[in-house]
Amino acid sequence: MGTIFFLILFPLAVAIALLILKTDGPRDIIVKAASIIIAVASIVLVAQNFGSGGRYFDVDGEVIGYLMMAIEIALAVFIIYLGFRYRQPLVVILVLVQTPVMIWFETSIGHNITVVNNLYIDRLSMIMVLIIGIIGTLICVYAIGYMKDFQKHHSEDKDRRPWFFFLMFIFLSAMFGIVVSNNLVWLYFFWEITTLCSFLLIGYNGLFHKKNEDKIATRNAFRALIMNLVGGLGFVAAIVILGAYYGTLELSTMLTIGAMGYSVVAPAIFLVFAGITKAAQMPFNSWLLGAMVAPTPTSALLHSSTMVKAGVFLILKLAPVLGWNLAGVLAMFVGGITFLMASFNAISQSNAKKVLAYSTIANLGLIVACAGVGTPGAVWAGIMLVIFHAVTKSLLFLCVGTAEHNIGSRNIEDMDGLFEKMPRLASFMMIGIAGMFLAPFGMLISKWAAMTAFVDSSNIALILIICFGSAATAFYWTKWLGKMSAIVAGKENIQGKVHPEEWISQGTHVALVLIICLTFPLISKGMVVPYLEDSFGSVSGLGLTSNDMLTMCIIVAVIILLFVFFFGKTDKKIVPIYMAGVSEGDNINFIGAMDRDTPVSLRNWYMEGYFGEFKMNVIGVVTTSVIIVATLGMVIGTIVGGM
Amino acid sequence: MLVSILSVIAYLVLAPFIGGFLAGVDRIITARMQGRVGPPVLQPFYDVFKLCEKENITVNRVQDFYVAGFFIFVIVTGGLFFAGESLLMVIFTLTLASVFLIVAAFSSNSPYSQIGAERELLQMMAYEPMVLLTAIGFYEHFGSFRVDEIMQGHSVSLLPLIGFFAGFVFILTIKFRKSPFDISMSHHAHQELVAGLKTEFSGKTLALIEAAHWYENILLLAVVFLFFTNGTALMAVIGVIVCLAAYFLEIFIDNSFARMKWQAALNSAWIVALALGGINLFILIVG
Amino acid sequence: MSYVTKSPWIIHYDGSSCNGCDIEVLACLTPMYDVERFGIINTGNPKHADVFLITGAVNEQNKNVVKQIYDQMPEPKVVVAIGICACSGGIFEECYNVMGGIDKVIPVDCYVPGCAARPEAIIDAVVKGLGVLAEKRAAMAVSHDKKELKAETEVETK
Repeated sequence: MGTIFFLILFPLAVAIALLILKTDGPRDIIVKAASIIIAVASIVLVAQNFGSGGRYFDVDGEVIGYLMMAIEIALAVFIIYLGFRYRQPLVVILVLVQTPVMIWFETSIGHNITVVNNLYIDRLSMIMVLIIGIIGTLICVYAIGYMKDFQKHHSEDKDRRPWFFFLMFIFLSAMFGIVVSNNLVWLYFFWEITTLCSFLLIGYNGLFHKKNEDKIATRNAFRALIMNLVGGLGFVAAIVILGAYYGTLELSTMLTIGAMGYSVVAPAIFLVFAGITKAAQMPFNSWLLGAMVAPTPTSALLHSSTMVKAGVFLILKLAPVLGWNLAGVLAMFVGGITFLMASFNAISQSNAKKVLAYSTIANLGLIVACAGVGTPGAVWAGIMLVIFHAVTKSLLFLCVGTAEHNIGSRNIEDMDGLFEKMPRLASFMMIGIAGMFLAPFGMLISKWAAMTAFVDSSNIALILIICFGSAATAFYWTKWLGKMSAIVAGKENIQGKVHPEEWISQGTHVALVLIICLTFPLISKGMVVPYLEDSFGSVSGLGLTSNDMLTMCIIVAVIILLFVFFFGKTDKKIVPIYMAGVSEGDNINFIGAMDRDTPVSLRNWYMEGYFGEFKMNVIGVVTTSVIIVATLGMVIGTIVGGM
Repeated sequence: MLVSILSVIAYLVLAPFIGGFLAGVDRIITARMQGRVGPPVLQPFYDVFKLCEKENITVNRVQDFYVAGFFIFVIVTGGLFFAGESLLMVIFTLTLASVFLIVAAFSSNSPYSQIGAERELLQMMAYEPMVLLTAIGFYEHFGSFRVDEIMQGHSVSLLPLIGFFAGFVFILTIKFRKSPFDISMSHHAHQELVAGLKTEFSGKTLALIEAAHWYENILLLAVVFLFFTNGTALMAVIGVIVCLAAYFLEIFIDNSFARMKWQAALNSAWIVALALGGINLFILIVG
Repeated sequence: MSYVTKSPWIIHYDGSSCNGCDIEVLACLTPMYDVERFGIINTGNPKHADVFLITGAVNEQNKNVVKQIYDQMPEPKVVVAIGICACSGGIFEECYNVMGGIDKVIPVDCYVPGCAARPEAIIDAVVKGLGVLAEKRAAMAVSHDKKELKAETEVETK
């Protein structure tokens, strides 16, 4: 238990230290040292509990509870102040509803409920701890190098990097808190802290700026805040219902009640709703798109590998009580529709971060749908998706960030010749992209398992959705992969300007991607299957046999070996490409009209007519809104009717 | 176990011969339909051998690697199928192979290759839903994705899976690269996109692609065969006849239609997948 | 045994022809003459081609193009100049803008006179060209073997 407190409190201390330090040297050292310590502590925590599979901790929560309440009130005041200052009435209203209700509950009904186990750790939490501790800290290391360039590009602004790193480490602390809290009030507290961190980080270039305020950043920050506060409202509703009608505040108790056959749909559906807003599912997806204005480490940490994972983590934990009830239907259909429409959207985007954002939203949708199906096979798929997506997407964001700083653009069409300009970066990106959708890498394995789970659940809509969505996914990733692989003549290598921290972080990510692709059968056997046995009582209907998994790993090994030994080796004569006989010979220019030297420029397909952002979003937002209103409405109706 | 090893070896050894022979028959039938005599039936083999005798040239240091990857994984895919593995594994490995080929074309940064590669990618997106739904159809009927378990099923699955069968034969036009959907690398389209995807490949590399297509065609026909197998010799013979009939049908369609735009390929394939696949799926699940 | 003669793929280019010879070339592909019997395919890509069929004369504007297409064809390759304009410039030989026949730019292996050249003559020329192709292929194989032998003996004598 000491390790758990360490993991929550140590980043907090580091954050405060980083807020005070103003110089690069000490900051670099502290971030790197802290990252190593946190990563090691995460591994230690997992090692301590691996054998037992996890346990509960009956920590005395009274003092901590009052502390949390005090901090909540202080933060509420802070947000209301910001709501007034930036003229955002919706923010003020949401906080004025949410916080008083929560305080009222905690002091009245909540006060009378005894909580036995405030904290816990189980195998799913262990997986999340590893992701937060290793991937999260790797991103912070990357941020050291990245933010130096960022400051150079924004040299006329005040150096607010202390504030940046402070928020990053506070966020890590809060994330650890989310995955080990069994007391839903505590979970809610950490949840709202992450909302606040996300808000402040998205608004990094806009909030508190006296001059050069990036108004788009401010606006997008408030959009994220509002949508996540709406989710928070759902969270509060769930806590109130759970406390008032079921007499407990503990997640484990709620799941046990559900396992005994009683309906826990009412609190579950509001928790699913909260998870949906945090995971930027439709109709709440626009906040994640808008969040891409934040510095890239933020996008990597919060908006792809960790914070949004908190949303799906919660829904995955609820999976045993989902299925074909209102809460499960909400998850299945909102998740499924989001997966389909976001995948379509990604086809028509050329802004690299937007493609990554839509891909994130789509994959989160798939995880939510898997959790909604609620069978062991589906949850297996969901957990594997979480693991593989966290590592691979983080790698891609870091690479895009580095590319942006060195070529001056985050548009995929400007990444022409990246393989010549920055070969190592392009190779890393190719590994990341292949890892996101291609057999035999992990994301594909997970999608395969999800497909089997959907078929077994007989949900026709989900089956059709995953078939069409997978086709769309392969399209947008392969065209980016192709762009990365293009050998364009006449580009000079500009790799030398990349900071070593960026290479270390990205290199470690690549190694991790390959390692987990090669060892995932062990991860499945050692962590995921035991977790499923504990949660569901039995494990049947897993999509992949161990034979299948072994075959995939062998193919991964074969691919790696092929690349290592044969890539780039040829003794054939190199000749120019074909340009209808009028090539200048340099593979770039040809003799065009009026005998002018005309360069060839190649662009990918975007098919706006089919997959245009506006059309896809309208369809997605409308259908998911209808489902949310219908399912929540029915539950609210039942509650009101029963009162 | 022994049966699967023998099947895989038979596939690896015989598929290029049968595939090449079928390609030759294809050209002769096409010629006769056009009122011509046509080449000798072994012509595709002469083509491949000739390509191996040409000078070794390439446009960059990586494209031959990618093409070799394509060839290797097409064979792996076929091998997995004939070893009785899961249909989903087979489909995903085939996607891997196709991506290798597409990336090979992209890597050359040549305008004609690029057009071919984008269209090939679009073709992949067009047929993938139907192919996945076909595998799911087999699963719903036989309870397993595995080819060996499907082969052991003792009922002919054509009628319960008729929608999937029709849809699969529809997208075979795209997979066999026949008009109206031969938009990415048809040599008939050389006025439009030179050789499309294949523009920058020559010599042994091009020979590898041809051979890989033979392996792939046999694999696709084997999937058609799966709809008819029920363990008896009679149905096996009927299955082979239907496969040949499907192949002939594709040649017939090829000669009856002009090449269409990519929108036609995407629209028709997706509508077919949704309609035929969706309705058949509904009947299997609800019925 | 060389397979080049059993599967000669052609690339057809119009230098400055009036299209008369081009139409005759395309007529060879039609059911009437059907050159696919010989395994001939009309590919538009020099990297895939063995036989270069050119019509029309060479002028300043197209001489680089002709050279480039010829250079981009991998060995072994033959060039067949079809029509009198391609052979020597034809009636345009003395014009200020015409350089002459194709052999002013690239080596030609077979000449097909005529205006327009008849399909039978074109097919005849291609068949003769196949003979040249077979010789070139044999020479290529020999020089390749010689190179390998040379490399081996160099290694031995070191």
